[in-house]
Amino acid sequence: MSKERNNNDSRRDFLKKVGLIGIGTASVTSVFFNPDDLKANNKKDKKVKVLTEDGKSVVVNASDIIDVKEEIEEDYKDLRGREGLAGKKFVMVIDLQKCKNARKCMTACQVAHQLKPEQHHINVLEMQDDVNGASYFMPKPCMHCDEPQCVSVCPVDATFKRQDGIVLIDNERCIGCRFCIAACPYSARTFNWTEPKDAEKYKDVEYDVEKNVPQKLGTVTKCVFSADRLREGKLPSCVSACPNSVYYFGDANEDFVTNGTTKETVRLSKLLKDNSAYTILPELGTKPNVFYLPPNREV
Amino acid sequence: MDNYITKSFTHEEIENDLIRNVSWSKNSKIWLSFLFISLAVCLYFYFFQIRDGLGVTGLHDFASWGIYISNFVFFVAVSLIGMLVSSVLGLAGVKWVKPLSRIAEIVAVSFALIAGVVIITDMGRPDRFLTVFIYGRVQSPIVWDIAVVTTYVFVSLILLYIPLIPDLDLCQKKLTGLPNLQRKIYKILSLGWANKPEQFKIVKKLTKIVSVAIIPIALAIHTVTSWLFALTLRPGWDSSIFGPYFVAGAFVAGTATFIMMTYYYRQRYNLHDYITDYHFHKMGQLLVLVSLVYIYFNVNEVLVPGYKPGSVSAQHTKELVGGHESLFYWVVQLGGMVIPFLLLFFKQMRKPLPLTIISLFVFVGAWLKRFIIVVPTQLEPYLPIQNVPEKYFSYVPTVAEIAITILPFILVLIIMTFLSKVIPLVPIWEMKEEQNEK
Repeated sequence: MSKERNNNDSRRDFLKKVGLIGIGTASVTSVFFNPDDLKANNKKDKKVKVLTEDGKSVVVNASDIIDVKEEIEEDYKDLRGREGLAGKKFVMVIDLQKCKNARKCMTACQVAHQLKPEQHHINVLEMQDDVNGASYFMPKPCMHCDEPQCVSVCPVDATFKRQDGIVLIDNERCIGCRFCIAACPYSARTFNWTEPKDAEKYKDVEYDVEKNVPQKLGTVTKCVFSADRLREGKLPSCVSACPNSVYYFGDANEDFVTNGTTKETVRLSKLLKDNSAYTILPELGTKPNVFYLPPNREV
Repeated sequence: MDNYITKSFTHEEIENDLIRNVSWSKNSKIWLSFLFISLAVCLYFYFFQIRDGLGVTGLHDFASWGIYISNFVFFVAVSLIGMLVSSVLGLAGVKWVKPLSRIAEIVAVSFALIAGVVIITDMGRPDRFLTVFIYGRVQSPIVWDIAVVTTYVFVSLILLYIPLIPDLDLCQKKLTGLPNLQRKIYKILSLGWANKPEQFKIVKKLTKIVSVAIIPIALAIHTVTSWLFALTLRPGWDSSIFGPYFVAGAFVAGTATFIMMTYYYRQRYNLHDYITDYHFHKMGQLLVLVSLVYIYFNVNEVLVPGYKPGSVSAQHTKELVGGHESLFYWVVQLGGMVIPFLLLFFKQMRKPLPLTIISLFVFVGAWLKRFIIVVPTQLEPYLPIQNVPEKYFSYVPTVAEIAITILPFILVLIIMTFLSKVIPLVPIWEMKEEQNEK
């Protein structure tokens, strides 16, 4: 708020009157105006209509309006990133019968999260069943376990579980001890061993914990279920990118999941039950939130 | 067996013999310079790691803990010797450890102190080290480890310091040729010592109390270190014997290091009259005992999961003892543990030089054993390793990584050398007491 303090008193009083300051959060502020538009038209004589606290509409000079968004945003983003979306419990269902190893999910993910080719938040594995000889492709994101071992072992709360079930990593907190990598039985985590991809390009970009970008040298990175997109009501990048209707994604509390390719919404419990869905390595007791529909089943 | 020191000495002779190492000889300055130059070389490599990240090592996503972590486990292991010798054997009234207890404490303090440095070399973000103290969470074994290792360093320092007080006073009074500052420090640290019987009583009492207190702390440091592995779900680490198994292994690594250091100090400072062949004979027997316990745990570790057909840990065990890399396993197990153990049954092998050479093998074997505990498990994850570069299927440390692994050893040598220049290595007042009892 240092910027604010530098302003002269009369202007501050005026702004208080129209209620732009003290409203609280940036998201509320952004309802009234778009600061980018303002910057573009920031001339002395330019007038803008704004709404006061008590609901009156007044006209003020555009130059008198201070853009408070940026200052609050960072802390707030961090806070809401740690808390997650209230009332949600996100789940993913992966239909192994549909996966043709197109790998569009991997590409979309690596683009969204600025990853190098060897870094996978989601990895399509070629699986071989020792007993019956069947082979199939298995996309493997983070399982977003309900008993996440990575979260238990993290010494600094850099990786944490949110109320909506998503396990995130804060790469501004991570000390790079890699205990979470050792503890994860699904090998879901990857590390920035060297300077991240396009580090120079993203040098000044503000960190977004829900997207975990820009990546940072010496920190762990992992699948975030595209928490940033979920906040906007979109499906995760991998889910949307799939051409073969492999992925369903949704909210277990609502008991509905949506297919990323067909956009068809189905009842989660019925989908799981009818197809004998399973989780991987259930014997470890980690309680994954990623469910698999078996390959090679009768349709 | 009590009169292991064969000769009779006057107090004056004891003082002169045992205070001799407290001096700044030309040789020691050359040796220290050499150590500092080596340190600079290693730091040069560490600079690259700071600048370019852990990518300068051979580590990758499927062997994300490598020789740094093996080294950390090894350092913590060696530091347990202080508790075994000066505390357990001391409290049990074992007489022969008296002239050796300070050397054991020096080994313990140096290795425990530097273990903290080792863990920093493994951090991806060493600049965020303080984060652990700001945001530390109590359920993370790393936080437990930091807590107990720090405690152990302090308590070990106290255990080194208390029995040192009478000797510090002696140094201050006797060594008039030393720099004034050094003598002033002796004076401050000797806390107004005046050789009064009640003062000796206090020193003995305090030593006893700290000796008792250090036992659970020492057990904790290595048990917690083993939990860094045992508390994960990985086959090969997910084991309930890891705590005692690590502690047993620690005594082996520590005893071997202790024997080597004792041999070195004895040769370098001409302590033959106080540290005799009999002491080496006894230390050799100690190494046999701790090796026996360790072998027992090794059999348990392999046989129990290996006997069962299907479990994931059974597969891991079979890969370890009979897979592609099994030759390495057997070389380490036989060369660093079983053969030394068998050799030490022969009395001639417990003479100072043969025992020291055997200890060197045990020392190297113990280090490599940590590697076998840490690395192979990670290269056999539950799900297949795919869509990654070829090098992710194995782990080969780089030159920079090896240099950064040597760095803590140099620091330990610097501390040990420094301490051997400023404090008597054999407790003088205790040796005088021994003479009186005779």
